[in-house]
Amino acid sequence: MFTPHTDADREAMLRAIGIDHLADLFKVVPAKHRFPDLALPPAETEMEAVAELQNLAWANESARDLACFLGAGAYNHYVPAAVDAVLRRGEFLTAYTPYQPELSQGTLQAIFEYQSLVAALTGMDVSNASHYDGATAVAEAVNMAYANFRGKRAKIVLSPALHPQYRQTVRTYSTDSPLQLVGDGPESDLNAGPEALLPLIDGETALVVVQYPDFFGRVYDYTSLAEAAHAAGALLCVAINPMALGMLKTPGQMGADIVTGEGQPLGIPMSFGGPYLGLFATRKEFVRKMAGRLVGESIDNRGQLAYVLTLTAREQHIRREKATSNICSNQGLMALGSAVYMSLLGKNGLRQVAELNYHKAHHAAARIHDLPKYSLWSGAPFFNEFVIQCPLPVAEINDLLLEHDILGGYDLSQDYPALTHHMLVAVTEMNSHEEIEMLVEALREVSNG
Amino acid sequence: MGEPQLCDLSVPGRQGIRFPQPDVPLSDLPPAGLLRDELPLPEMSELEVIRHYTRLSQLNYSIDTGYYPLGSCTMKYNPKVNEETVRLPGFAYAHPLQPVETVQGSLVLLYNLQEWLKEIGGFAGITLQPAAGAHGELTGVLIIRAYHRSRGDHKRDKILIPDSAHGTNPATSAMSGLRVVELKSDARGNVDLEALKLECDDTLAGLMLTNPNTLGLFDENVEEVIHMVHQAGGLVYGDGANMNALLGIVRPGDLGIDVLHYNLHKTFSTPHGGGGPGSGPVGVAENLVDFLPGPIVDVIDMGDEETPPLYGLVQPPKSIGRVKAFHGHFGMAVRAYTYLVMHGAQGLRQIAEMAVLNANYLLSRLRDTYHLPYDRVCMHEFVLEGRWPEVPDVHALDIAKRLMDYKFHPPTNYFPLIVHEALMIEPTETESKETLDTFADAMLKIAEEAHTNPQLLKDAPHNTPVGRVDEVKAAKELVLCCGVSALDRE
Repeated sequence: MFTPHTDADREAMLRAIGIDHLADLFKVVPAKHRFPDLALPPAETEMEAVAELQNLAWANESARDLACFLGAGAYNHYVPAAVDAVLRRGEFLTAYTPYQPELSQGTLQAIFEYQSLVAALTGMDVSNASHYDGATAVAEAVNMAYANFRGKRAKIVLSPALHPQYRQTVRTYSTDSPLQLVGDGPESDLNAGPEALLPLIDGETALVVVQYPDFFGRVYDYTSLAEAAHAAGALLCVAINPMALGMLKTPGQMGADIVTGEGQPLGIPMSFGGPYLGLFATRKEFVRKMAGRLVGESIDNRGQLAYVLTLTAREQHIRREKATSNICSNQGLMALGSAVYMSLLGKNGLRQVAELNYHKAHHAAARIHDLPKYSLWSGAPFFNEFVIQCPLPVAEINDLLLEHDILGGYDLSQDYPALTHHMLVAVTEMNSHEEIEMLVEALREVSNG
Repeated sequence: MGEPQLCDLSVPGRQGIRFPQPDVPLSDLPPAGLLRDELPLPEMSELEVIRHYTRLSQLNYSIDTGYYPLGSCTMKYNPKVNEETVRLPGFAYAHPLQPVETVQGSLVLLYNLQEWLKEIGGFAGITLQPAAGAHGELTGVLIIRAYHRSRGDHKRDKILIPDSAHGTNPATSAMSGLRVVELKSDARGNVDLEALKLECDDTLAGLMLTNPNTLGLFDENVEEVIHMVHQAGGLVYGDGANMNALLGIVRPGDLGIDVLHYNLHKTFSTPHGGGGPGSGPVGVAENLVDFLPGPIVDVIDMGDEETPPLYGLVQPPKSIGRVKAFHGHFGMAVRAYTYLVMHGAQGLRQIAEMAVLNANYLLSRLRDTYHLPYDRVCMHEFVLEGRWPEVPDVHALDIAKRLMDYKFHPPTNYFPLIVHEALMIEPTETESKETLDTFADAMLKIAEEAHTNPQLLKDAPHNTPVGRVDEVKAAKELVLCCGVSALDRE
């Protein structure tokens, strides 16, 4: 199968090594634990394995089978065929990390271009080669801000409208650190906009983290928040949905110091949660403080333009325990996919698909708001996601929607006890007018009991 | 000569894909103050995009095009069937937050993978959430800290890391606020027991052990090392980067290792993708199960004769919390699952046996020409010195670069740090004897060239798309985006 050794090969190799039996290679392993009997299912052929996996996949009801109105950090977008065609090229798929630039110019140039596209999209100066996902990118932003002030500022202000799983990840990362995470306690006013964070920003604050659009879909201009953070000497991190930036003002224009984000909407399948793409961009003055791989332009000894991993002295394999992050692997292939996606859509296509999301979501929101017993929770501008107040617990509504082959929105009461009966609905370019009408009708039916 | 940059390929008015016109009434756009001015992305046709990326791909070396003897990276063949199963629509279009009743296929897959990885490593619990090896290390170290804290044992802030460890080990430990103490290796490449004994006190949180270590050697005193750490109240973290050597040979959990991360992108054949995504599941012993990051997959309703069991997501009672959003790299789990069902117990053992056979065979071909600092039977990899006293100007780097002219990717070099001019070679089990022989022939030829025509090595590579790249210029001028002038140094 995947091991090419014939009996003759084995014998010749054992002879060359100077031993008689394969088992002689493992004498150093404690005898009582050597060669355990592993209780694993018997090996299948490729044909059988494909059938087994196919059966498991069929046991799912995916967004192919259901009208999907679920978002909350992962979105059902169209992935152009050309994206996967590039990712399936073995020269990209099976390449190693580009530590040897002479053999990796393809990966290096593609990542260099990815950095350029992310910088252009976010309005920032520089992007790294990616982090694991939107959650860990925020955790790395917190680490970077803490290190930036050499530990002298320990307060991190987290917006309660930052994705709950991102906030949980930041908390896990900072368990054993002196960081104080404030702003997202149970007492926080969820209806309030970013101005509610202003009183929390002071001379102890290293970083303020907000989301754009926020977890509830709302779009705020964070310019005055950035000014307030800077006035206190703190930094501002904005966690973005990159598709929204097809039409919305960039965090760079607002004065953000760090932009993180979940890159999944840029041509990456939902794939039950991963692998996705952690976006991370910053201002040029922080480039040396940023964790993660970075590709720079240079020349080779023949005078040609060439790309190479740069500023590696920041990284764990050089600095070991003095590195600010242990990150090694990034999401190279997903970064490549997003770059292909952005290249295909380009300046007009990304705006077009962003506006398509916007119009469909606004139409759906208006239709649901017109239903008796349902209303929009917020009057703030939004992009492709919004919160509706429902007459019943969301879990009950979603059970009934499933009977209509509709995957309902996210039940906010899971993370926000105050938001019982509040559903976060996402609408993308994949939702047809008919699907939206189906949802509206099903919601009407549900509310009539 | 080289491939133009995206921004230079852009022509105003082109677009690689179009979307349908809205089928709903248009709404007012947000106030102008919330809209962006310009969107400076390239404008290209689909063909131009495809040609650009295809030409870039051709500048890469890859497993599909050649042999990678990269130590500690396990660059084995990535089966094509994995790329089919991961794209099955039921998997690819599943949303991570769907009701569990609608994603039983995904959950059964994750559950089985958890069970198999537990069985392979000898562990009582596992999380599939970590996104990569280093992320798994962070998870493991946070679990160790949480364990000591839960026992009110607050002074354990020291972690021992052998001098042969991967750089991520000390970086991870420091990230979790631990004091890193480096542990020497002895003359046979094992953990130095005397040095270990001196550090075994009541501040010991744990030891991070890579076994086989980065010299490719199985620690001859592994059980004693682990016993000493346990006696002192510490826990042992196993870096599973080298797990390929142990499949079906020995279970780390049976040796007493308390926590271990796997690299699905090394041992279990998921592709490296030019630097990621990886996947770093973490297995733990019985006393640490409650601290795992959540959620993990479990049976939440046993069912009965009529209804099958229901799989769901549960939070371990003393969980350290989540380490990323959602459930980990599901796409990597599908690939690893596919690989595992095709191997079974016998197949896994064969992987390790052939990996170790290949390494020892290659070593037998090279050991008379390249100095072997630790002369023992190796496991899946070995480390040679890339230097000869009679040609002091030739370095491991020159050998590595010259190998490229022979169409090979170089071995890992200058690592581990305890070997001068290290060349760390891991053949993997998927390479044939002929490939190993061709590689060995090239290595021997290069050794000869080093003595007869060293300049050939100093100037190498000669046949690659680019030559040696000026890294100093890259770091000094910091051009990190196309169409943008060099960033000023602050």
